[in-house]
Amino acid sequence: MRKVAIIGVGLTKFGELWDVSFRRLMLEAGARAIEDAGIDGKKIDAMYIGNMSAGQFISQEHIASLIVDHAGLTPIPCTRVEAACASGGSALRQAVITVASGIHDIVVAAGIEKMTDVLTEQTTEALITAADQEWEAFVGATFPGIYALMARRHMYEFGTTEEQLAKVAVKNHHNACFNPCAQYQMEITVEDVLNSAPVTTPLKLLDCSPITDGAACVILAPLDRAREFTDTPIVVAGTGQASDTISLHDRQTLTGIAATNKAAELAYKMAGVGPNDIDLAEVHDCFTIAEIMAIEDLGFCEKGDGGKATERGETAIGGRIPINTSGGLKGKGHPVGATGIAQAVEITQQLRGEAGKRQVNGAEIGLTHNVGGSGGTVVVHVMRRGD
Amino acid sequence: MEVGIVGYGAYIPRYRIKVEEIAKVWGTDAKRVKRGLFLEEKSVPGLDEDAATIAVEAARNAVKRSGINPQDIGAIYVGSESHPYAVKPTATIVAEAIEATPDLTAADYEFACKAGTAGIQTCMGMVGSNMIKYGMAIGTDTAQGAPGDPLEYTAAAGAGAVIVGKNGDQTIASIEDTYSYTTDTPDFWRREMRPYPKHGGRFTGKPAYFKHVLSAAHGLLRKLQLTPKDFAYAVFHQPNGKFPLQVGKELGFVKGQIMLGLIVQKIGNTYSGASMVGLAAVLDQAKPGERILVVSYGSGSGSDAFSIMVKDGVEAKRNSAPKVADYIDNKTYIDYSTYAKFKQLLVR
Repeated sequence: MRKVAIIGVGLTKFGELWDVSFRRLMLEAGARAIEDAGIDGKKIDAMYIGNMSAGQFISQEHIASLIVDHAGLTPIPCTRVEAACASGGSALRQAVITVASGIHDIVVAAGIEKMTDVLTEQTTEALITAADQEWEAFVGATFPGIYALMARRHMYEFGTTEEQLAKVAVKNHHNACFNPCAQYQMEITVEDVLNSAPVTTPLKLLDCSPITDGAACVILAPLDRAREFTDTPIVVAGTGQASDTISLHDRQTLTGIAATNKAAELAYKMAGVGPNDIDLAEVHDCFTIAEIMAIEDLGFCEKGDGGKATERGETAIGGRIPINTSGGLKGKGHPVGATGIAQAVEITQQLRGEAGKRQVNGAEIGLTHNVGGSGGTVVVHVMRRGD
Repeated sequence: MEVGIVGYGAYIPRYRIKVEEIAKVWGTDAKRVKRGLFLEEKSVPGLDEDAATIAVEAARNAVKRSGINPQDIGAIYVGSESHPYAVKPTATIVAEAIEATPDLTAADYEFACKAGTAGIQTCMGMVGSNMIKYGMAIGTDTAQGAPGDPLEYTAAAGAGAVIVGKNGDQTIASIEDTYSYTTDTPDFWRREMRPYPKHGGRFTGKPAYFKHVLSAAHGLLRKLQLTPKDFAYAVFHQPNGKFPLQVGKELGFVKGQIMLGLIVQKIGNTYSGASMVGLAAVLDQAKPGERILVVSYGSGSGSDAFSIMVKDGVEAKRNSAPKVADYIDNKTYIDYSTYAKFKQLLVR
């Protein structure tokens, strides 16, 4: 199996991009990645695109063909990968496996979602199709509701507080202020979060990630060819993916995501590292409770201590284990199919030392954690500097 | 241009419902709604009122102020998105009621909230080209907002009417120029046979209201080589209290120039009536020699901007009909059940 490196990354602005079409978004992210890698597009051998639901959001399926066509890259193979909000992470993993296997050399892993062309209630309906329709959606569940159940149980079992949840959002908004691509480059306070409109108790509006348009792209190469394109290749040292029941009610526990434990274990093992070796991580904070569960399940703190660790500032930039330096899904925005790739873009920039005011000094090893639905699919990657 | 306003009138139904009363029914936080929309209460049409009766009230006030013989009115255009009939004009009802029939042309307009100002432009062209002596344009609405929709807090009723004629001794104000900005932008719509409109949430803001109002205002200022300092007052379409203040600020107007024509806090969004009732509120108090900027906005989308110079005639004429402030002050509060009955949500 060959070692795989990231040689170029590209990200669009995230936000309500009413005047930018789906295809233009994807081409913008792709063009930036190609420019970043300094590569000729003709050298690209294959593409994987993470996208949850273009069919529901813009009534366009067969987006792999659309994108490879408009990128001017026919006839290379292009494949759409769907795993709800983990579509991006899954696309990255497929691209990594393809390069590692030796089938292709230069492979694009991209992600995109265009979510603001439909009304908010239609977006909520589209997103809940990532849950079990018969057992969850048809009886009225929505994702805020599902994560609120987890939050309530976490509060009950471990004494996690609404203030601790709020601190996740405050931190991620603060980080987003230093990310020019972020949707919300504005500070918020704990009071702002606690006083924001109730969504599903105990989650308020500012506990929830937003509806976002955006696209992200990374370009992979075998590590032994990476230096043709970059002086700072970032090695994808470990990749892990795991599955769990699609419905929340079939799980053993509500206070964690078992697929995160398993995917992390696989990625750590492959990379030959443990949670204490990780310098920073981009985790799937679709709701504030999700970040608290993620840092526990990834082994950055004890189970049940996530809220307190956040309160102690351990997850802030400059803290023990900086989490979501990009702003995370909460501050940077959450175009669902793009999120997993955008996480890899952030870790790459951090490990290269190119993250500007949000730079984690001396970062050597980073991790990405991408969750589909309420935890039915989880993809974890461990990345390290290649020099 | 040689045309101006020879008469104007407004009308607002007397019933009001407070934000608190609606919020109570839907379990929303009234303070949050009031802060978000910068709005206290809205007008509600009585059981026997519709866009036609409201238009007639405003038209009668305009005729009274103008002092003209209604038989000299050669055209009436009524803009509304709540015309009582899908087929059969509101304009003929108004024309008959003010005794302007039969020697005139008449038609109904629809361009969401700016159909009334589109009527003013039509009248300006017809008067300016000597096709008619006087033309009347009306913006009138009994606006629809679905129960529970954010629109329910603002969708109100009211009308404004303007009589356009050649500039002369009788002129209340001259219309210096007009400029329109129009694109196909689906931010808010109501399909045939549907009782309530749909809207694109925040999409109704930046790419819709703000883009069009700003573009129309900039276009007119550029055309006339004027700056916000040249205007005593500015009236913007007012779907809520927040948008006009924000758009005014972006254009370089100060709050003092906007507040006189900003009445949405007290009466709600009167849709086609909104910018015309706002203009009437300013004409009720402005002094000769003062210049007014009016910019309407209609979803779908377009804005009409006007530069209006107040003339000496205003002082003799404005007291001959009820003023906007009179209508605002003359109010009867109703609760949600009465509101539901008036809106015919309760049918026996």
